[in-house]
Amino acid sequence: MQLPRRLFAALTLLLTAPLALPGAFSAFAQVPKPWEMGMQPAGSILKERIIDLHNLVLVIITLITIFVGVLMLWVMWRYSAKRNPNPSQTAHHTLLEIAWTVIPVLILVVIAIPSFRLLYFLDHTPDPDMTIKVTAHQWYWEYGYPEQGDLSIESRLIRDEDLKPGMIRLLSVDNPLVVPVGKKVRVLTTSADVIHSFFIPSLGVQRYAIPGRTIETWLTVAKPGMYYGQCNQICGVDHSRMPIGVKAVTEDEYKAWLAQAKKSAGLLPSEGGARQVLAAAGEAANGVQR
Amino acid sequence: MASTTHDHAHHGHDDHHDHMPGFWTRWLCSTNHKDIGTLYLIFAVMGGIVGGILSEIMRAQLQFPNSHIITNGQTWNTIVTTHGLLMIFFSVMPALIGGFGNWFIPLMIGAPDMAFPRLNNISFWLMPPAFLLIMIGLFMNESGSGWTLYPPLSNQTYEPGMGMDCTLFALHLAGASSLLGSMNFITTIFNMRAPGMTLHKMPLFIWAELVTAFLLVLSVPVLAGAITMLIFDRNFGTAFFDPQGGGDPVLFQHLFWFFGHPEVYIMILPGFGIISHVISTFSRKPIFGYLGMVYAMVAIGVVGFVVWAHHMYLSGIDVDTRAYFMAATMVIAVPTGVKIFSWIATMWGGSIEFKTPMLWALGFLFVFTVGGVTGVVCSNAGIDAMIHNTYYVVAHFHYVLSLGAVFSIFAGFYYWIGKMSGRQYPEFWGRVHFWLTFIGVNLVFFPQHFLGLSGMPRRYPDYPQAFAGWNYVSSVGAYISGIAVIVFLYVCYRTLTSKEQVADNYWGEGATTLEWTQTSPPAFHSFTELPRIK
Repeated sequence: MQLPRRLFAALTLLLTAPLALPGAFSAFAQVPKPWEMGMQPAGSILKERIIDLHNLVLVIITLITIFVGVLMLWVMWRYSAKRNPNPSQTAHHTLLEIAWTVIPVLILVVIAIPSFRLLYFLDHTPDPDMTIKVTAHQWYWEYGYPEQGDLSIESRLIRDEDLKPGMIRLLSVDNPLVVPVGKKVRVLTTSADVIHSFFIPSLGVQRYAIPGRTIETWLTVAKPGMYYGQCNQICGVDHSRMPIGVKAVTEDEYKAWLAQAKKSAGLLPSEGGARQVLAAAGEAANGVQR
Repeated sequence: MASTTHDHAHHGHDDHHDHMPGFWTRWLCSTNHKDIGTLYLIFAVMGGIVGGILSEIMRAQLQFPNSHIITNGQTWNTIVTTHGLLMIFFSVMPALIGGFGNWFIPLMIGAPDMAFPRLNNISFWLMPPAFLLIMIGLFMNESGSGWTLYPPLSNQTYEPGMGMDCTLFALHLAGASSLLGSMNFITTIFNMRAPGMTLHKMPLFIWAELVTAFLLVLSVPVLAGAITMLIFDRNFGTAFFDPQGGGDPVLFQHLFWFFGHPEVYIMILPGFGIISHVISTFSRKPIFGYLGMVYAMVAIGVVGFVVWAHHMYLSGIDVDTRAYFMAATMVIAVPTGVKIFSWIATMWGGSIEFKTPMLWALGFLFVFTVGGVTGVVCSNAGIDAMIHNTYYVVAHFHYVLSLGAVFSIFAGFYYWIGKMSGRQYPEFWGRVHFWLTFIGVNLVFFPQHFLGLSGMPRRYPDYPQAFAGWNYVSSVGAYISGIAVIVFLYVCYRTLTSKEQVADNYWGEGATTLEWTQTSPPAFHSFTELPRIK
């Protein structure tokens, strides 16, 4: 008899579903670390390039600061009143004044050239593979897949009382933005109410979400796993409680997820009874975060 | 530098004029630049204390994740907003411009008072009502937009109620105060310099205040326009910033930051002036490269007007526009660097005394360099995608303001308090104040660079566990800084109750500007006879 066996299989899957939650999974997740001092490691080429430029600028500004500090320490020691009771009255030195104008200009040029290149690289989606529409709301995110029959999912913070093992307080969400790994995703941001900001540090993405305006940026995730972000423009009482979760999956997993999501959204004809239960169990087994 | 005939007026009683006014006339209806300066300085201390209490509350909330000191998000947002507005408009600006500007512009140029003494009084008395209005916004819990006031969050849909309107009107009053004051400063500086004091013989503090006054005159009206449009959107049915009515939230950002960027130079330029005077005095050397310093300040002021959209890199402005604003912003680093190197060159070959004002000036040089270089990082439109609105930006602007501008205010206080009050501060406690502050504020703000780089957003009352470490350190720094403020109040008490009278020039040969030719404190009316500058 088919039905009881299927039911039995579904029930087994359902009962073992909790084991498939992210905590029990060896899935990769990029999270901020305690006492972290630098930028979060790059999950995308965009972040990689930003980190590279920041490292260059950081070296330069550290050297400048140390240089100024050393000069100051020298001057404070050598020209203290005790050691130099008779001050000179020198107030000009044309060569010095030219040098400390021209050399900073040259340093700025060294910074500027890669800066322009990075700016233009980050701005324009090179041959996008797909498009995501991000609509910010007070206080949750709505992710639209306009090329998938206008599929739209809402992503909300998992509240403290609902946190399960393996979830992260203030970062875990119920329905993450699911994207396929390695694909170039054009991201269009807008808002349904006030200004928010779509910010994912590890993917090198940030753009405001402004009502009445659509802003384009892009992302591409190099490695499957979970990536987190937070709303980054003050938007009201729960500004700190509308995180962003991006789940990057393989192409096959993405197709499977899309199909299931469309079904749940009623975009595809649904099948009743055990089939739906099976689908739900399958989804849990796939580790799609809930 | 400049020499003059000595003014023999007595303290508090002048042979050639009417008797000194009674208490209420003197303090409510003042036409005396020194008294008005004093009113501004006291007001600035009060504004700083209230703003500081708010910051201690914020750091207490942020000391641990999942903290319940402030549980209401609206309350948190209102505290954040009020802290910013108070520190900018009711502490730093009144101290540097209203306080030291009013006290020392006439004294340094040899003028008996400001060009418009009664207008000067109105400038001050607009401020207490403005402060009250901000407090109404705070206590009604209705100003939760951040000091940047962006609509739609600040419009009537998302911030209904009178509190936000009170806050906006407060800024109108404060803006009017600044405008009237700036017009007074410009007129005074251009027209009332003693004979022989050409523009190129003017002290650097005067140049700093002159450039600042021009920045105010040109930028405050734009803020006023933006605020008026927002008030109209909120109350009179217009849609300047509402897309549903054909308006644009980004228009507000342009208008706000067209004011907002010059505003930050307004807050630091007078500080630059003070630092120049202090370093020159305590190195017993004239400032190195006077003309370079003058034109650096002018350049910072002028270029400061054409970089505003570096606050808007993520608002959907065109990539070529972003490229321009990035380049223009980086340019400002050049004149600023010229100033830092000139200050060091001033000390080079000097004979340095490490009195308290000089400690603050030296501290300024270092912390302003740190804040300045992180500004170069922020100016980078590519990197900014990762640090915009994070604690990295908070660290940057607090380094240049909370450390830079505030250090210059304390430098000015310790330098000039003897001149203003006739009594000197206790050197030991002055040093304690400096070191406690230096350690405290560095502990608060340096770790915030790490928090920002690793992705912690600003204006958050709570954060994921990973950010707990550096937040704890930052909060400890805040408590140390709070103790330092109490030490400062003790210094004020010890100074004002000290029995010792100080000399006209208690700093010696290094102090060469005209205020040091006057008694300490100066006569109620100084320079009743025109000094002549050689």
